[in-house]
Order: sequence, then C-alpha cells, then structure tokens
Amino acid sequence: MEIFGIPWSLMLSQLLLGLVNGSFYAMMSLGLAVIFGLLNIINFAHGALFMMGAFFAWMGLNYFGINYWVALLIVPVVVGAFGILIERSMLRWLYKLDHLYGLLLTFGITLLLEGVFRSFYGVSGQPYQVPALLSGATDVGPLMMPNYRAWVVVASLTVCFATWFVIERTKIGAYLRAGTENPKMVEAFGINVPVMVSLTYGFGVALAAFAGVLAAPITQVSSLMGSNLIIVVFAVVVIGGMGSIMGSILTGLGLGVIEGFTRVFYPELSATVVFILMGLVLLIRPAGLFGKEK
Amino acid sequence: MNTVARQNPIVDNGHNTAKKVLEIRNLQAWYGESYILQGMNITVNQGEVVTLLGRNGSGRTTTLRAIMGLTGARKGSIRINGVESINLPTYKIAHLGVGYCPEERAIFSSLSTEENLLLPPSLSKTEKGMPVKEIYDMFPNLAERKASPGTRLSGGEQQMLAVARILRTGAKLLLLDEISEGLAPVIVQALARMIVTLKARGYTIVMVEQNFRFAAPLADRFYVVEHGQIVETFAASELESKMPVLGELLGV
Repeated sequence: MEIFGIPWSLMLSQLLLGLVNGSFYAMMSLGLAVIFGLLNIINFAHGALFMMGAFFAWMGLNYFGINYWVALLIVPVVVGAFGILIERSMLRWLYKLDHLYGLLLTFGITLLLEGVFRSFYGVSGQPYQVPALLSGATDVGPLMMPNYRAWVVVASLTVCFATWFVIERTKIGAYLRAGTENPKMVEAFGINVPVMVSLTYGFGVALAAFAGVLAAPITQVSSLMGSNLIIVVFAVVVIGGMGSIMGSILTGLGLGVIEGFTRVFYPELSATVVFILMGLVLLIRPAGLFGKEK
Repeated sequence: MNTVARQNPIVDNGHNTAKKVLEIRNLQAWYGESYILQGMNITVNQGEVVTLLGRNGSGRTTTLRAIMGLTGARKGSIRINGVESINLPTYKIAHLGVGYCPEERAIFSSLSTEENLLLPPSLSKTEKGMPVKEIYDMFPNLAERKASPGTRLSGGEQQMLAVARILRTGAKLLLLDEISEGLAPVIVQALARMIVTLKARGYTIVMVEQNFRFAAPLADRFYVVEHGQIVETFAASELESKMPVLGELLGV
C-alpha cells in the first residue's frame, strides 16, 4: 500500500519518529513555558540540563550500577535540586532586570556545564543500552515498531498531560497561573512566592532531565546533545507562543510529526522546516499560535 | 527575631482599652529614587473603619502598598497586631492577618471566578476565613457566575470578588483601595452595606477613597494625606466642623 508513491510502512515509521522527536520538543518547551511564565527567565540552560539528565543516567549505570528505571525517577529529582540551587544562588537576583540578563546568565551556565562534561568525556557519544524490558520491536502489521520508541512517546505524553492537568485543574496549578499573572498579589494573599518560584524552576528543570534520561538510549549521550536540541526547541516555543501549557505540548508534538513527514517527502528540508515555519508564524502571528497578544 | 516584638499587644496601651491593630510610626517609602511617603503616622484600633483622604498622588495608595511591603525601600515602623513588620516579606505580612484589595482589583484572568475566590489560603490555623456559602449569600452574583473566567465579570462583580477573596483568608485587618471607584450607585450601596456588616463583625478596615460621599458615613475616623504625610486627622463627629478645611485640602 502506498500514499503519494510512498510506502505506507515508511510513512508510519516516520510518524513514530516524528512523535518521538515531538515528545522531546513538547517536554522541553513545556518546561521553558512554565519557567518563563513565573520567573520571566528565558532558560537557555534547558538544553544543558537535558544533557546533564542523560549523563547522570549514564554515570549512574556505569559507576553505581543504577538501572534505567531507577535513574528515570532519581535523576530528575537530582537535576531538579541542582536547578533549585541555580535559582536560589543566581537567577533570583535577576527577576527585576530585563529578560536579557537571565538569558545571558543561563547561556553562561550552559557553556560551563557543557565545558565540564566535555573535559571529562570529550565530544564523542557514550552508548546507553536500551533497558532489557523494552528492547526489541513489536510487529504492528505494516511496521516493526521499536518498543523503546513507543515507550518514549507514551511516557512523555503521560508526563506532559499530567503537568497540564496539575496546572490547569488543581489548586497548586491555580497558584502557578495566578503567580504567572501577578506574583506580587499572590504573595499579598500570604503565599510564599519565593519558594513557589524555586520549586517551579526545579520542576521545569526536572522535566528537562526526565527528557534527558528518556533520550539516553536513543541518542548517544554526549556533551553537545543539549545544544543540538535546544535550538529547535526555542523555535518550537516561538511557534507555539509562551502563553499556553497545552499550546506547548501540541506545538511540540505537531512540529515533530511535520518534521518526520518532511523527511519522507523532501528530506533536504527536514532540518530546516521548523525554522521556516517559525519565520511564517512570526510574520502572521508574532505572539505564536497559542500565545496571547500583548 | 520577633521575640521582642511579639509581646502582648494589649499591654502596651495603658491609657486605652482598644487594641491597636495597626500602628504606623514615621513610615517612609520609596519607589526607586522617588521619595513618596515622608514620615506617616497612623493608628487604627480594632473594629475601626478609617479612611485615608487626599488628592491623587498624595500617597494614599502607596501607604496601603507600603503596609503590604509592595513598595521599594521602607523605613520607620509598622506594627500589625503588635508585631513589627517593616522588615518582613510580603507573604509574612499577610500572615499577620492582613487582607489587601488593590485599586486595580487584580482579578486573575486565567482563573475562574470560584478559583479566584478560593485561591487565597487561610492565613492562620485558628482564624478561619468566611465560609464560601456565607460569601455567596452576601454576593449572590458571584455564585451565579462562579464558572466564568474572573475577568469576564462586570466591573461591580469583579469588585465584589476582589473584596470577597480577602475575606476567605481570615484576615481581620482589611486594606481597601478605592473599592467604590467607577461603579454604579446600586453596587456602591451594596459595598457600603458590606462595610457596615464587616465592621459589626469586628473587622478593622482602612479605606482609601476618592468618593467622599461613600466614605463619609462609613468611617469612624479620617486621615488627610498630602505629599506623603498626614496633614489632618479627625473623628467622624468632627466631620461637620472640618468641612471648610477639607474643602480647601481636597476640593470636596
């Protein structure tokens, strides 16, 4: 069976690949959106923290024998705590200043983190085994579906929608939404906003680290894996707009899929299609598809 | 740090049986480089309704914001229920039992009416806020529109929501900034009834009001603010005799 002369199975496999990439975009841009909303910080270090997540999983396995499943739970907590440390010691001094200062600081943190990992492990990737439970592939008719990739999509979508649910449907989320609009007023109600800000940054960072652990068995674990991803993720954020949680998730997934199909129909364009869309969106809706015009 | 300040507030006013809920001494406040409050002195006793009068830009709103720690640098002394709060962060000031309703109302657009209402947590374990049912009885409009986004309400409903919201916290000292501004007379009357009800229940209220006819029958005492200082203070009983002075100071 063929569609526009392309085999059905190739379409499906690119759809799955697109969903996998889209899941990473979604988790990363979700974290960026939550952080930007409350802290007004463009967290350029997000890619480096993603890399750190993957590296910690790799180090855990190779030095301490911590398996994938445990790493998936522990690494986000550890990297999230590291994020809180960054927020408490450095970022908090910048909230009253222009966005640019936060961007510069987090850019500096990125260079620092990447430099540290590069000096120890070089730039070549370290392999990370797919956990035994998820190795192999399942025959789903037209396509042999790699189990691990399916798991990545399911796990990240679960985390994304759980995050959406907490933010949009619970009391904790109401604090976050209100704090994003008017943090001073939320504090005047007696809520400890400084702690809320730290935890939010820690949570956004933990999401990046979770994505990093998920990515470890797919891509090689290397000091540069974060920078490769973060550029695309920033384009995703520009397309989706900063305003909406669901917007970040849908835009991330959608762009991953568009990228995947572009690889089928016109492979030369697949690396740039996201940036072309970014240009178009900026021309038509500068605030992004889901963003709120100011 | 608060051990000295946490003495029993009733002890330190030997002459007066009324409990001082708010005691502001030589309060100075800045916004960046601008010197706004230039030594304010205000005392509010429990159960009193006090109104700050003054022209636009005289520093009345800044006074309320300074009490909440929402201005730039502050100096002087602000004791709330006997506790010195000048160096406390805003959220700790709220926990001394203060509810602040800002002039711009600050209804959150991404929250529904009910979420807005339920957002503020109880400030203390002992002092529970007003139950939601009682608030809905007082403001039936809010009950009808509880699922609407907060900013879809009419101006009057938003104002009711803004005031109702701080009643939920259990705060007994309310700072209300221009709550009657720009509202229809029927809403203004409803708000006036609410102030009377709250006063009868022992709430202490500091209002900033441009609408003199709204404030005059409600307040026990008045302070007149000019250039960030108190230039005149008098009780409601003196209002009549003070009208010529007020006319000069405020143009009412």
